[in-house]
Amino acid sequence: MTPNLTTSKEQGILTPLQRVQEQFSQEVVETHAFRGDETLVIRPGALLAVAKFLKTAPELDFNFLMDLTAVDYLFFAGGRVQKEFRFEVVYHFYSLKHNHRLRIKVPVDEKDPEVDTLTGLWPSADWYEREAWDMFGIQFKGHPNLKRILMYEEFQGHALRKDYPFNKRQPLIGPQN
Amino acid sequence: MSFLSSPTGFLTSTIKDALGWARKYSIFQYPFVTACCGMEYMSTAASHYDVDRFGAGFPRFSPRQSDVLFVVGTISHKMAPVLKTIHDQMCEPKWVVAFGVCTCTGGFYDNYSTVMGIDTIIPVDIYIPGCPPRPENVIDGLMKLQEKIQKGEQSRTLYDPRTKTGRPAELSQGYSIEQHIKHIESSP
Ligand code: SF4
Repeated sequence: MTPNLTTSKEQGILTPLQRVQEQFSQEVVETHAFRGDETLVIRPGALLAVAKFLKTAPELDFNFLMDLTAVDYLFFAGGRVQKEFRFEVVYHFYSLKHNHRLRIKVPVDEKDPEVDTLTGLWPSADWYEREAWDMFGIQFKGHPNLKRILMYEEFQGHALRKDYPFNKRQPLIGPQN
Repeated sequence: MSFLSSPTGFLTSTIKDALGWARKYSIFQYPFVTACCGMEYMSTAASHYDVDRFGAGFPRFSPRQSDVLFVVGTISHKMAPVLKTIHDQMCEPKWVVAFGVCTCTGGFYDNYSTVMGIDTIIPVDIYIPGCPPRPENVIDGLMKLQEKIQKGEQSRTLYDPRTKTGRPAELSQGYSIEQHIKHIESSP
C-alpha cells in the first residue's frame, strides 16, 4: 500500500523510482517502495548508465551519494534463503535540491565480484569503494586507487565476508591468535 | 669512602628511596588515547578529580619526555606497531598503565582487528579494568603505580598466550564466581 505514490502518479509527477523504471525498464530486476523509501535492484551492467541518469536528469538531480556498501548473503537467514548472487552492492542517493532519496542495489557474483566505479560521478565514492573492497573484496572497475582503507596491506582475506572466521587474527606484531 | 660502602648500605638505600619519592610525585605521563576511554581519562585529568594532587597532572605529548605510558582505549592490530614504537622511544625508567578492559584483555572485542591485551606487546605495570573505569578507579590505579615507583619496581614480562604466563601473578590466579559472591556479600 503506497498511497502517496499513487496520488503523485495521478497528478502526473513520477517518483524517482518510477522515473528510472520508465527510462531503464529492461535493466530493472526488482523494485520495492514503502512510504517513500524506494529501492531498485538493477543489472550490474547498467549501473553507470543509471547513475549518470540519476545525477544529470534535472527532475532527479541526485547530487549526494550518501552511502555505498555491500552485503554478503552467504548463510542469509540461517541458510534458509538462497540468493542467486552472493553479494549485493548498495548505493544510497539523496538529492539536496528535491529532498528525495533512492536506494540502488546491484547483485554481484561470487566468482567475479566486480562493478563499475562511481568515482567519476561522485568523488565521495572513492573511500566507500575502498572500504567495500577491503571488507568484502568487491572490485570496482576503473577506481583510481583501489587499496585497503581500514585494514593493513598484509591482511589476508576480507574481514566482513561471512566465511571469514570472526576471531581469526593476523597481527602485525605480537602473538598469533 | 668507607661511609658509602658501609655494610648497612645506608647511603645507597636512602638515595634510592629519595629517588623513588621524587619520581612518584613527578609523573610525566604520555596519554596514548585511541577510543572511548579517553573521555573518562579527560574527566579524571580535569579539575574535579584532579590528578595533579598526585603529581601526575602534566601530560607530555612526546614519549621521549615522559616516564609513564597511559594506554587508553582499544588497540587494533594496525595500531600495535605504533604503540610498540612509542614504548621503545621512552627513556628508562618507564612504566605502563593499561586503562580500560580493552587494553587489559581486549575486553569484549573478540574479533579480527583488536589486540587481545596490550601486555602481549609491551609489559604492563598497572591494569585498571572497567569499561570505562570510573575516575576513582583510575586514581586507585595511579596510587598503586606510585607504590610501585617508590619501590623501584617495573614490569618486564609479556603475556604469552601459548603458555598463558607472563602477567603479574595475582592476575593469572584468576577470580572465581564464588570469590566474587563472597566479595559482594562482605562489602557494606
Ligand atoms: S574499555 Fe570500554 S570505554 Fe574503554 S576503550 Fe574499551 S570499549 Fe571504550
